[in-house]
Amino acid sequence: MRPSTEPQPLSADAGPTPGPIVRFQNVSKNWGSNQVLKSLNFEVAPGEKVSIIGPSGSGKTTILRILMTLETPSEGLVTVDGDTLWDVAPGQKARETKQLRETRRKIGMVFQQFNLFPHMTAMENVIEAPIHVLGMGNAEARERAADLLTLVGLGKHMNHTPPQMSGGQQQRVAIARALAMRPKVLLFDEPTSALDPELIGEVLNVIRNLAHTTDMTMLMVTHEMRFAEEISDRVVMFDNGAAVESGPPAQIFKDPQQERTRTFLRAVLQH
Amino acid sequence: MIWDNDFAISVFPLLLEGLWVTVQITLLGTLLAAVLGLVFAVLRRLAIPVLSPVVSFFVVFVRGTPLLVQAYCAFFVLPAYGVSFDAFTTGLVVIGVNYSAYMAEVYRSGIQGVPKGQWEASTALSLPGARTWGRIILPQAVRTVVPMLGNYLIQMFKDSAVLSAITVVELMATAQAIGSSNFRYLEPLTLAALLFLAISYPASRLVNRLERRYAPQH
Repeated sequence: MRPSTEPQPLSADAGPTPGPIVRFQNVSKNWGSNQVLKSLNFEVAPGEKVSIIGPSGSGKTTILRILMTLETPSEGLVTVDGDTLWDVAPGQKARETKQLRETRRKIGMVFQQFNLFPHMTAMENVIEAPIHVLGMGNAEARERAADLLTLVGLGKHMNHTPPQMSGGQQQRVAIARALAMRPKVLLFDEPTSALDPELIGEVLNVIRNLAHTTDMTMLMVTHEMRFAEEISDRVVMFDNGAAVESGPPAQIFKDPQQERTRTFLRAVLQH
Repeated sequence: MIWDNDFAISVFPLLLEGLWVTVQITLLGTLLAAVLGLVFAVLRRLAIPVLSPVVSFFVVFVRGTPLLVQAYCAFFVLPAYGVSFDAFTTGLVVIGVNYSAYMAEVYRSGIQGVPKGQWEASTALSLPGARTWGRIILPQAVRTVVPMLGNYLIQMFKDSAVLSAITVVELMATAQAIGSSNFRYLEPLTLAALLFLAISYPASRLVNRLERRYAPQH
């Protein structure tokens, strides 16, 4: 049975919502008999920088993938900026609706494997969606893309294709590509896990700058504990499909309340 | 029977005319097959109710029956139902449709070879379906299958000889006609074989080079 939490109706037409920008209400995700998310309730405030930590298989990446609509929830309600993204009643199947497609545009994602389009230059990667989704003119899109690529330190690599670039450079292009859509919420799925150690710093620098200079909401799954501690407003510890602890980084890392958090941090901070 | 050089030289221009018809059928047929095959592959992947299963069945049907039978049906049976074209057009469509079924499979493997992350990035950017296919997926899928499409072109070049059975006057039919009217088959058939080889051998070398050039990027 689902816990009888009071489902508060969220008004989609009330202009800028003062409430959470991301809201998971009783969201479950099952893979066969394996329950990846267990009736999750989770909220992110506008502009908040949240890091999600936890062992692999704890469901943390699934949260991002449901938000990006790369996976469907088995059950539950997900809203973004007051608009419904997913609304799946028990026993129903999730469907891709027009509303979902509209709401999805508020979200951007940076992938572990970059997922740049390998047959297109850095510039073409960045202008593709602004032109063909937002309907922006070619000149304007190029101008903005040039600014964004300069922002991530790749002003001199605009006409290079992904195979000509290092992993760190590719990931920075991917960040510029996501930013070009002006998302309200930007998701990072282990953005440095696929990088050689000496390339991690350049990508973290870009993300750090974003965190400090924009009011964009950022949601990051990461294994870089020190980095999470430094840039986050809040750190959420996940285990076994549920958030076991949530709080300011100082508290989570220096004085965790849950035994599960303590054992996890001991294990990952040891080396 | 001894090789008659004068006879060989006298029939050579006629054989070249036949070769030209063969080349036309191969190029136009490959074009038709490449376009139809792509349409079939995409339709199957889109999993549209009714349409996609029908396309799948059609592909299995075409691959499971001999080209010669398809050619006979199109040329001798369909006219009885009011569908009638000249031999060249019928032959072209039959061989083009036949090969489209094989090419659909080639495209399918190419589409499957595009990493899942490319679809996910397209979703994350909210790219419309048509744009995702046209700009992101197919350019990468087709790139890896170009050499295989080249192999099918060479195979079609040789297979088109089957169309002599429905009176398409291509290279093989020309050689046969010369042979039967002069009671000498050695020269026309030998020359026909050499002409097929003269084109297919360099073409397969070219495909080998394409294979190296279009190796997957990932």
